[in-house]
Amino acid sequence: MSGTGSGSSKPPWTLTGFNLGMRLALPIMPGMIAFGLAVGATAARKGFSFIDSLLMNVVVYAGMSQLVAMEAWPERVTLGAMFALAVLGATVNARMLLMSAALYPWLGSSPPWRIYPTLHILADPSWLISMRYRSEGGSDAGVLLGSSVITAIGWIAASCVGYAGGMLIADVRRYGIDLVMPIFFAAMLIPLWRGSRRAIAWVVAGVVAVAVQQLAGGWWFIVAGAIAGSVVGGFLDDGD
Amino acid sequence: MTAIESANFGVLAAIAAMAVATYAMRAGGFWMMQHVPPSARLRKMLEALPGSVIVAAVLPIVVRDGITAILAIGAAVIAMLLTRRDIVAVLTGMAVAAAARAAGL
Repeated sequence: MSGTGSGSSKPPWTLTGFNLGMRLALPIMPGMIAFGLAVGATAARKGFSFIDSLLMNVVVYAGMSQLVAMEAWPERVTLGAMFALAVLGATVNARMLLMSAALYPWLGSSPPWRIYPTLHILADPSWLISMRYRSEGGSDAGVLLGSSVITAIGWIAASCVGYAGGMLIADVRRYGIDLVMPIFFAAMLIPLWRGSRRAIAWVVAGVVAVAVQQLAGGWWFIVAGAIAGSVVGGFLDDGD
Repeated sequence: MTAIESANFGVLAAIAAMAVATYAMRAGGFWMMQHVPPSARLRKMLEALPGSVIVAAVLPIVVRDGITAILAIGAAVIAMLLTRRDIVAVLTGMAVAAAARAAGL
């Protein structure tokens, strides 16, 4: 069951792994719920019908890009507007390309009918939880599915409540809920730590991300930083 | 803001366009890897990715939010170092963020 080889053995998809994935995702649930409430409330405020809002949450399922899209939503949907929204979705979610690529060494030998539907509900927290689990020697793909399913259900349910309730969440800042995601992500760095030499890649990622955000704005800073860190990581020799 | 006509074909088409683009990102990276020859360098690049994504996503927020984010994230990292439990880290970070804001930072 161990081994960090590049996926010549088929990873198991077990119920035990699924349950573990759900449990591992519990700490991030307050953040996912607050985020879902905000997306639902925004859809209601912008005049989307409940069904359209729910449909978008299920088939797009990428909250940050949906918030940006709803702010920029055209009054009449032309072909040009559709194209612009597709480009926006691809841009804000471009980091997913890198994230799903990183799953390949582990899950590449999984049957397509299992992995491709699972990738639809891949989200930042479930990806991180699964990569951490994998980096600690785990191989059960059920962890990815379980953590993705519970975050998807929690987020979509919360978005329905947010649509109906709207103003319940007027003051997420007071309780620090707006910072739950960055707090959780930063805490994940501790189990991912593999010595200061490897952390050079993280430093480069951070510097590039901040520079791109300050100089260019927009949504490319995560992808730019992640690519920079990843390339540097590829060229660091295993000194330690 | 103008209300958006519901059950309108245009809205559904726009949602579909976003859905296709987003799924292309989610599945695309995985799919592309089938066509890239595996190598030690590529493996190391992918291994560096989780930490790099985290730092690239979080550091600009810290720069933007300033002292509250620094205190909250710093406290969470210390709690994680000490306890190795994510839930303790998250609750510590949220408590510090709430306290910092209550104190008017």
